[in-house]
Amino acid sequence: MRSPFFRSAAALALVAAMASPVPAAINVVTTTEDLASITREVGGDRVKVEAIAKGYQDPHFVEAKPSFILKLHNADLLVAVGRELEVGWLPPLIQQSRNAKIQPGADGYLDASLTARILEIPTGQITRAMGDVHPLGNPHYWLDPGNGRRIAQAIEAKLARMSPGDTGTFAARYADFDRRLKEAEARWDAAMAPYRGLKIVTYHRSWPNFCERFGLDVIGYVEPRPGIPPSPSHTIELIQEMKRQGVKIVLVEPYFDLKTPNSIARETGAKVVVLAPSVGGEKEITDYIRLFDYDVNLVVSAIEETGGK
Amino acid sequence: MRSISFALFFGFIVFLVGSRDPAFAQTPPASDREELARLRSDLEALRGEYAERIAALEQRLSALQAAAPTAPPSPAPSAPAAPEAQVPPGAAGAGGPTGALPVYGGVTAASKVFNPDIAVVGDFLGAAGDGAGSTQPSLSFHEAEASFQAIVDPYARADFFLTFGPDEVGVEEAYVTFPAVPGGLLTKIGKMRTAFGKVDGMHNHTLPWTDRPLVTDNLVGGEEGLADSGISIARLIPNPWFFLEATAQVYAGDSAVFQSPERSDLAYLGHLRGYQDLSESTNLDLGGSIAYGHNDSGPDSTTRLLGVDATFRYRPLRRAIYRQLLARTELVWSRREQPSGMQNSFGTYFELDYKFARRWIAGARFDYSGRADDASIKDKGGSLLLTWWPSEFSQIRAQYRHTRYGEGGTANELLFQFLFSIGAHGAHPF
Repeated sequence: MRSPFFRSAAALALVAAMASPVPAAINVVTTTEDLASITREVGGDRVKVEAIAKGYQDPHFVEAKPSFILKLHNADLLVAVGRELEVGWLPPLIQQSRNAKIQPGADGYLDASLTARILEIPTGQITRAMGDVHPLGNPHYWLDPGNGRRIAQAIEAKLARMSPGDTGTFAARYADFDRRLKEAEARWDAAMAPYRGLKIVTYHRSWPNFCERFGLDVIGYVEPRPGIPPSPSHTIELIQEMKRQGVKIVLVEPYFDLKTPNSIARETGAKVVVLAPSVGGEKEITDYIRLFDYDVNLVVSAIEETGGK
Repeated sequence: MRSISFALFFGFIVFLVGSRDPAFAQTPPASDREELARLRSDLEALRGEYAERIAALEQRLSALQAAAPTAPPSPAPSAPAAPEAQVPPGAAGAGGPTGALPVYGGVTAASKVFNPDIAVVGDFLGAAGDGAGSTQPSLSFHEAEASFQAIVDPYARADFFLTFGPDEVGVEEAYVTFPAVPGGLLTKIGKMRTAFGKVDGMHNHTLPWTDRPLVTDNLVGGEEGLADSGISIARLIPNPWFFLEATAQVYAGDSAVFQSPERSDLAYLGHLRGYQDLSESTNLDLGGSIAYGHNDSGPDSTTRLLGVDATFRYRPLRRAIYRQLLARTELVWSRREQPSGMQNSFGTYFELDYKFARRWIAGARFDYSGRADDASIKDKGGSLLLTWWPSEFSQIRAQYRHTRYGEGGTANELLFQFLFSIGAHGAHPF
C-alpha cells in the first residue's frame, strides 16, 4: 500500500492543492445598494456583494431581520454608511452575526464615511428639540459623485489589503470607474449648469450633497424638523415662503407619503419630483452612475416643465 | 574631557549668577545705551511695517469673502478651536460615535470618548375605572430605566439596564456579550431577561401594551419574568432553507418562578427560533421554549414551562414608516409540583398591532390563562389600544382593559402610559 508511487502521488496532489488555490471571491455585505454598486465597480468578479437595505426603503428605519444576520454571518467585509444612519438596526445585527471579522474595529468593517466629505456637522450645542439630528453630520453624503469616488477609493484600498494578489485588478477597475464617473460628471454638470442657484424645497434633509454639487439652493423642508412629520402650520409657512421666492420644485424621497407635498404643489404651482436617493430606488437605476443619470434627468425635465428658471 | 565639561559648567554658573546681578544690569556703558536705542527704533519700524502688511492682507481677505458668498459657511471663527478626539473607526456600528468629538476640559478628558452610551427612559402610568381589586394607583411614576452600553474590548461588549422605581432600585439586566466566540457561539454572562418566548425578553418600554398579558402574570413571573443571573449561549444552526437559532441558558434559580433550595439546583432554559422571509415585506417568526427549575413550594418541587410563539409581520418597504402589521400569539403550559398536587395550567394571548399612520398604532389583545398554583382558576380578558408617537423618543398610549377573574369579579379599566427617553439612540426592537 505504502508504495513510493502512492506517496509521491499524494504529495503531488497536496502540492497542487496548495499551489493553485482557486481563490474564493470576497463576501461583501453593504448596508445600502449604493455601497454595493460601488463595491461591484471596484471588485468585479473578485467580490460577491449583497446589500441589506433596498434603494426604495428609508435607510433610517430598516428592520433588524434575522435573515440579515445570516448574510452577515458569512461576510468577509461589511461596508456601512456610518454617521449614525444605521444606528437603529445595524448594531444588533453585527452583534448577533457571530462573525469576528466584521465586528467594529476589526479588519472586515469599513465605515465609508471616514474618507468622505461630510456636510452639516453641527458645531454648537445640539438637542433633540431640533428633531432627529445626526450629531456626526448628514449621512446622505453618497449623493455627491465626488464622495462616490472617495468611497470607491476606500473600498479599493480595503479590498487590496484583503486580497493582495488582486491589487492590480482592483486598481484597474477603480481607474475605469473613475474615468466613467468623470465623463458622466461632465454630462450632469452640463445638464444642470443653466439652473445654478435655482431655489427648491425638499422633504427630508437627504439632499445637501446633491444640491451643493449641482448648485441647487434648498430654501426649506416639508418636514418641520428632521424626522418630524409635516405639521399644518409649518406647511402654511412653507407655502408662503415658496410663493414669495417663486419656488417651483419639491424633491421627495420614494418612501415618504405624497399627500402633503402634493397639496403644497397645488397651492404653489410647483412640481413634486420623486427622486431616487439610492441605487435600486427605481427599477432602471441599476448602478451608481445610473442613479445620477436618473435624478439629473428628472430634475432637469421638471425644471423645464415648470418654466425654466 | 571631564575637566573641559566641568569648566564649561562652572562658566555657565558664573554667567547665570552674573547676569542676575542687578548692579551689573542697571549700569550699561554709554555705547550699549546707543545700541539699545538703535535696536528700539529698528523694532518700531518693523512693527509699523508689519501692521501695514497685516491690514493689507485683511483687506484682501474680506474682498475675497465678499466675492464668494456661496462658499459653505465655516465654523464660527470667534470660538477658539476646541481640541478634538478621534473615535476609533467602526465604533458607530456598535452604537458608538464616530469621527471627531469635542473634548471638554483638559487634554486628558479625551478618555471621555470611551464613556458608554447612556440613555434614560421614563415610564409613567395612569389607571382609571373599576379594577376589581387591582392595586395599580391612579397615577404613578412606574420606573426610570437607565441604560449604559459600550464595547468592552475587541472581544466583548457590555450592557447595563438599571431600573429606579418609586421605592426601589434594581438591576434589570447587566451582562457581557462575547459576539465572536469560536464555534459561532454568541455568549452572554450576567443577569439577563431570558429567551423564553417573546414577552419575557422585552423591557417594559418596548412592550406594545401598558401592561403584560395575563399568561405572563400568571405563569411566567409577571414583570420580573424569569430574569436571573446566568449564562447563555446561542448558536445558529446552518441549513439551506431558513434562519434557525438554538439558545441554551443556565440560571442560578432565583426568579419570580424558580427558587432553588440548594446551590446545585439550577434552572435550565432552552429556546429554538426559526425565521423565514415570506416576501420582502412579510415574514414569519416561530419559537419553542422550555424551562425547568425548582419552585418555592417544597424542597423537591419543580416547575416545567413549555412555550410556543408565532409572529407574522407585514411591512411594505416603500411605506414602512406609515404601515406595519404584527400578529403574534404565545401559548404557555406550566406543570408545577406543589404539596397540594401537580398543577397543569395553560395560558395564551393573541395580539394584533396595526400602524395606520406615521405616528399612530392601533392594537388589540385577547388574554386567557390559568393560575400556576391553582389550575382550576382561569382568568380571561381583552384589551384595545391606541398609541401615538410624537417622535421616535416619546410615546403616549391608552389601553382599555376588560378582565374577568377566575374567582369572580370583573374589571373594566382605562390605562394610560407616557414614555419618554433621553440620551443615546438605541436600536429599534424587532
